Amino acid sequence: MTSNPGRTGFVLLLLAILATLPLWMTSLYYVNIASQILFWAVFALGLNVLVGYGGLVSLGHAGLFGFSGYVAALLMVNGYSHAAALPAAIIGTLLMTAVFAALALRSTGISFLMITLALGQILWGIAYRWADVTRGDNGVNVAGRPSPFGIDLTEPRAFYVAVFITFILCLLSMLALVRSPYGASLRGTRDQPRRMRALGFNVWMIRFIAFLFSGFWTAVAGILFIYYNQFISPQVMALQTSAEALLMVISGGTATLAGPVVGAAIVVIMKNVVSAYVERWNMVLGIIFVLIISFMPEGLVPGTARLWRSMMGRRRAAKMPLGLKVAGEGSR
Amino acid sequence: MTVERRTILKAGLATAASVAMPTVLRAQAAPFRIGLLTVKTGPLAQGGIQMEQGLATFLKEKNNILAGRKVEVIVADTGGNPAGARTKAQEVVERDKVNIILGPLAAFELLALTDYVRQQQIPLISLAAAEDVTQRSTNPWVIRPSATSGQCSHVMGDYAAKEMKLKRVATICEDFAFGHEQVGAFLRVFEENGGKVVKKLWPPLNAPDFTPFIAQIGNVDGVFMGFAGSNPLKFLRAYADLGLKGQIPVTGGWTALDDALLKSFGDEAVGAMSATFYTSDHNTESNKRFVAAMAKDYDVIPGAYSAGMYIAGQCVEAAIAKLDGKTDDKQALMAALKGLSLTDTPRGAFSFDQNGNVVGDVFIRRCERQGGKLVNKTIKTYEKVSQFWTYDPAEFVKQPVYSRDYPPAKNLQ
Amino acid sequence: MAVWSLLAVNSLSLGGLLFLLSAGFSLIFGLMRIPNLMHGSFFMLGAYLGASLLQRGYNFWFAALAASAAMVVIGGLVERLLLRRLAGQELAQVLLTLGLSFVIADLCLMIWTGDPIQPATPAQLGGGVRTLGMFFPIYRLAIIGIAVAIALGLWVLIDWTRLGAMIRAGVDDAPMARVMGIQVSRLFTAVFCIGAALAAFAGVMGSPFLSVYPGLDADMLPLALIVVILGGAGSLLGALVGSFIIGLLYNFGQAMFPDLAYVILFLPMVLVLILRPQGLLGRVQT
Repeated sequence: MTSNPGRTGFVLLLLAILATLPLWMTSLYYVNIASQILFWAVFALGLNVLVGYGGLVSLGHAGLFGFSGYVAALLMVNGYSHAAALPAAIIGTLLMTAVFAALALRSTGISFLMITLALGQILWGIAYRWADVTRGDNGVNVAGRPSPFGIDLTEPRAFYVAVFITFILCLLSMLALVRSPYGASLRGTRDQPRRMRALGFNVWMIRFIAFLFSGFWTAVAGILFIYYNQFISPQVMALQTSAEALLMVISGGTATLAGPVVGAAIVVIMKNVVSAYVERWNMVLGIIFVLIISFMPEGLVPGTARLWRSMMGRRRAAKMPLGLKVAGEGSR
Repeated sequence: MTVERRTILKAGLATAASVAMPTVLRAQAAPFRIGLLTVKTGPLAQGGIQMEQGLATFLKEKNNILAGRKVEVIVADTGGNPAGARTKAQEVVERDKVNIILGPLAAFELLALTDYVRQQQIPLISLAAAEDVTQRSTNPWVIRPSATSGQCSHVMGDYAAKEMKLKRVATICEDFAFGHEQVGAFLRVFEENGGKVVKKLWPPLNAPDFTPFIAQIGNVDGVFMGFAGSNPLKFLRAYADLGLKGQIPVTGGWTALDDALLKSFGDEAVGAMSATFYTSDHNTESNKRFVAAMAKDYDVIPGAYSAGMYIAGQCVEAAIAKLDGKTDDKQALMAALKGLSLTDTPRGAFSFDQNGNVVGDVFIRRCERQGGKLVNKTIKTYEKVSQFWTYDPAEFVKQPVYSRDYPPAKNLQ
Repeated sequence: MAVWSLLAVNSLSLGGLLFLLSAGFSLIFGLMRIPNLMHGSFFMLGAYLGASLLQRGYNFWFAALAASAAMVVIGGLVERLLLRRLAGQELAQVLLTLGLSFVIADLCLMIWTGDPIQPATPAQLGGGVRTLGMFFPIYRLAIIGIAVAIALGLWVLIDWTRLGAMIRAGVDDAPMARVMGIQVSRLFTAVFCIGAALAAFAGVMGSPFLSVYPGLDADMLPLALIVVILGGAGSLLGALVGSFIIGLLYNFGQAMFPDLAYVILFLPMVLVLILRPQGLLGRVQT
């Protein structure tokens, strides 16, 4: 996080464009696409806390994402107000996240990935088969969007603004996290867990808090998702969704703020816009993923920045051999 | 053949034959755009592909011109799940600006997008059978010339109790809205006529293997099977593999023994009974044309999925003709659709009730082998069947919608 | 009563199929230390290739072997051209296999369309055995036999041949094996090819009753994962035991607790990962 006036200006300009999008974007269809990009970005940023800064790769976050959506949707269907359903969904998801963390944080690396995968599959299995509670494959319809301060979010532009504000809050919280001493210690547990432990840090607790922080934004994204779609069904919690979210984080660039946002934009645009012109968009997505892992393992944002710097002649010697830093073993 | 998620259907012969077109084209009018929500992936794909074929056959017959309006079709693959249906509906409405939606295929898909259709006020001609869309929460933007989930299985329940004299039946359907509603309707009529449903089995739509479910069928004298898409193939194969074929007769709804599946069935289907709103041997002029064209272009016997979309196309044509081509007023278009009463369609004559649902004939058929080929032979025709069966509509909608647990099965063992 | 014995037989035959799928997965996991997330794709691709050959009128066994042979080539290419580049970066390798599974899934959708294919049961194995008031399809019984035969074959390969000795050395301690002059990288290719071929063979064997459809990969992969986590990576006996446990849990879970069928399936995996990470029959890795 070096401060660079040129880059700060560029980022502010981008944010200004996003903030004013409802004013200049005439097609409601594209306003909706922009909303989708932003709430997926919130999901990806939340996942990035674990994957990027914590070095803990989770393949079960779709379970938490869908859990939040289901809690909110089922409460609303059963007559609870938005004001009751939303906090319940977030608190419920935080509790579920704590369970995930308690079970998964006993290990790191590939075992962590496998435990989160299995936990995600359990939640998916409940949504899919426990039809008495979750309505199974039929899914749950969400009757409407809330009207905070009297602004009806049914209108796509109003909804976009709500998502944008949430997105900015999420971004700011990430910025605060990264710059805080806690953020530094989280990165420490990723790179040097043994040393951190020797220095007296409670590595487990640091990771646990990161998991909760990640779970919080995952829950928020899940709520935005059901308000956007006004519908949720078990497919949302499938392994495919976890994989897509991970793809967003990794393709954009782990442990960066811009990376997950760029990754979310790529995936959503591929899915919705490019699919109209390219039949095999899913394959293109897979190939992009494979290429990034093989040739630009640090992700598109840091990778492009590196290329840019080397083109501008300010070549730096430091080239990361592996973008994906993983929390070390032997951390039990 | 590749699966295309989105294509603009092109009438193969449009340019060659347009010279001979008798109709005067209203050259200045923009094309009438139809969004077809279909399924090309997963267990329901077999039905979805037929939907596209049925519509293509109708438009080819008409050279892509319906009552003087040129027609464009945007095909979207929902993936056979409700979330996909919701997304694709939004796409064809907001991006492609269609005038009307045809489809979707499955009840749970329709339930996921009915609110959206109401919000956007976009006319929709449904194949999907979700009951409440034309019942308790009637959507004024939907008409359904196919059938509700219960419309055919009410009939099957009646026939199974009165004519087949079945006493103890197990039901097996996919665990989604279409299955729940079919079973509810069957159970209600069957038990009111002295039968007992002793087992209800709900495998998931994507069950890799039906054996664990078939194993539980137990001591019954009949099975009601409501599978859709290609699942009936899988079910009847496993049913025969487990030695139950010929031991316990199978009855089914309109998707369970669809005529289009006949080419894929083997002897395991012989003897199975079904109730359906379309049968390919029906004797109307348009059906003869339709069956011949489907045989020629796709080498298939058409079933209810393709016939449903052919009929939907006929509805669109009739409505455009009624409005003299002026389809911009959506309210007027919807009113025209609802007021239709067609005589020459592949399913025979039909009209719509006050909720926009079809009132038409339902056929009971037995699957037989005739000269080496499997056919569904029509045994009995129930005429002018309504979605409310013989019940009073006002009383009917006071009951909860058919579901996994309604009507309550009192005789489960 | 008949229900339970039928379910039991079906559990065994699903277990047999799962063993064919997960034996290779287990060896890959044990040797290369990566869960190969495209193993379900190998199963599906094999099943599709087999189904295509069957539609062209080829013999069932020829189709199964040809599909396996094709997957040897494809598996070898993936390992040589892609996984090799990322040697030592286990997580990147896992994610690469995940990306490739997207590509294969879409490729299958493009070639075979989304419409499920259900090949006929091979004629020699049609019909069933009626005994004790029950009716068992012969084909499912045959799968159990074939799985046991292949398990024996693999056991001979691993325990009695030079290649097997090298694989065992690699599983136990890869750096030590390297020091002793074993070309571990070549072993990786060999094991990856064997795994891909077995998965494809399983795909063809399963196709007459599972049918072949888009999403088959995603249905089978988690099952293979659970089997191997339960049994222990790198242990053939573990894969065999794990397969039959999962076969039973799957069938009886679906029948007795349909609501919680998947909880019953995945909870053992979580418990084993937490309480006994090396698996029931796996060796503690150094």
